[in-house]
Amino acid sequence: MGDFLAGLAEAGRLVATLDPDLVEITLRSLRVTLTAVAIGCALGLPLGAWLAVRRFRFRRAVIAALNALIGLPPVVVGLAVYLLLSRDGPLGVLGLLFTPTAMIVAQVVIVTPLVASIAHQAMRDLWADYHDLLISLNATRSQRVATLLWDGRRALLTAGLAGFGRAIGEVGAIMIVGGNIDGATRVLTTAIALETGRGDFALALGLGLILVALSLVVSGTTHWILRTERAGRW
Amino acid sequence: MIRLLLLLLLLLAPPARAETLRLAVTTSFDNSGLADHLRPLIRADTGLDLQLLVVGTGQALRLARAGDVDAALVHAPDAERAFVAEGHATRRTPVMSNDFLIVGPADDPAGAADAPTASGALRAIATARAPFVSRGDDSGTHKAEMRLWAAAGLAPEGAWYRATGSGMGAALNTARAMGAYVLTDRGSWLAFGNRDGMAVLSEGDPLLHNQYSFLPVNPERHPHVAAEVAARLEAWLVSARGQAAIDAYEVGGEAPFTANARP
Repeated sequence: MGDFLAGLAEAGRLVATLDPDLVEITLRSLRVTLTAVAIGCALGLPLGAWLAVRRFRFRRAVIAALNALIGLPPVVVGLAVYLLLSRDGPLGVLGLLFTPTAMIVAQVVIVTPLVASIAHQAMRDLWADYHDLLISLNATRSQRVATLLWDGRRALLTAGLAGFGRAIGEVGAIMIVGGNIDGATRVLTTAIALETGRGDFALALGLGLILVALSLVVSGTTHWILRTERAGRW
Repeated sequence: MIRLLLLLLLLLAPPARAETLRLAVTTSFDNSGLADHLRPLIRADTGLDLQLLVVGTGQALRLARAGDVDAALVHAPDAERAFVAEGHATRRTPVMSNDFLIVGPADDPAGAADAPTASGALRAIATARAPFVSRGDDSGTHKAEMRLWAAAGLAPEGAWYRATGSGMGAALNTARAMGAYVLTDRGSWLAFGNRDGMAVLSEGDPLLHNQYSFLPVNPERHPHVAAEVAARLEAWLVSARGQAAIDAYEVGGEAPFTANARP
């Protein structure tokens, strides 16, 4: 119990003094994860909608694969991206290993299947409602996808937030491809792992509480901007 | 879409800074706090910004072999000599040393503290089948532990011998939670924050000597490495000023490292 109280106190102290290291790694966490989620949504949302609208031979196989990929272990993604970006690897010349860009690449791989799968579930139900209308209006396929995405935006927000949740708390992949370099690739989760290793549980727990608070702030802000969850609307 | 992604990648790539050196260091160098002590001094004297990858010695040498770092500061003399002989590094420069310790529960159920040598302490632990936590991660400390078991004439195995495959701090946390014995370096031990109920049980044996050396990656193998910058850091580490800075570092009144570069 003492460790929990010490963690709370440490979190309070870090936030109250606006500790410069804390601000730096928090901003880096946000930058990496928000960029990865933005790219993941740009890829995953249209893919999910397209899978709901389009009928083709391997559709079921693709959807099954997508759902399976949700469970992709982050360390495996990290290792694969690491081997690709290492100087020994096929993309080594880019020199991207141990940079925030490498961390974003890994998180995009982790986030996209989740976003696409949730988007597909939501779009499939919506498509059942809209099918006759859109067909009778003779809408093109891209118009159908666009309509579904717009009218299903609340469900898609959930998809994006689920992606954010998976990415912001992720440590296995970004530890491998980022290397947890102080001042370059250290983020909240890797800092927590580091402080736990140093036996400084109070600081680790304090950083953990800040991470949870950050998730709440991002989720709340998103709802506020998109004006969901308001009285009288659903 | 592909163009957009490429554009994003370009935008997100950090601007190249000429004076950055990527150095793979062992967990003991960082966990002991010496890294944080030296970095500002190095920046002030040489203008270098060190980017530290904190990994075990085995992984540090792997990173150096692949050219993913510019240099490595590690502690496994045999592996280092082989590394230089294979041409992955241009040379091996001893920088400093510290020593390993066998630590464990303060009440010492196996009686390890009564043995005069480190091998004797390990033999006592093995005989009592008292829990022993091994790093098990091919790090310098793990290699040293294997050397000690070999010197004791033992091949540790059984339920009491627990290979965790984790870093020094994590292994110490595990040992503390299990009431187990563990081999650690003095720097990590002094800086470790969670050692209530644990005590140093064996120290001072010559076999427990722990030498750290600097290995610059061979620029002929990897033309992109910052060989000139690595040479500058190496010159600073072995200079009188760098050596004095290493000796001056203290944790709780003890100096965990002894500078021992040959002039």
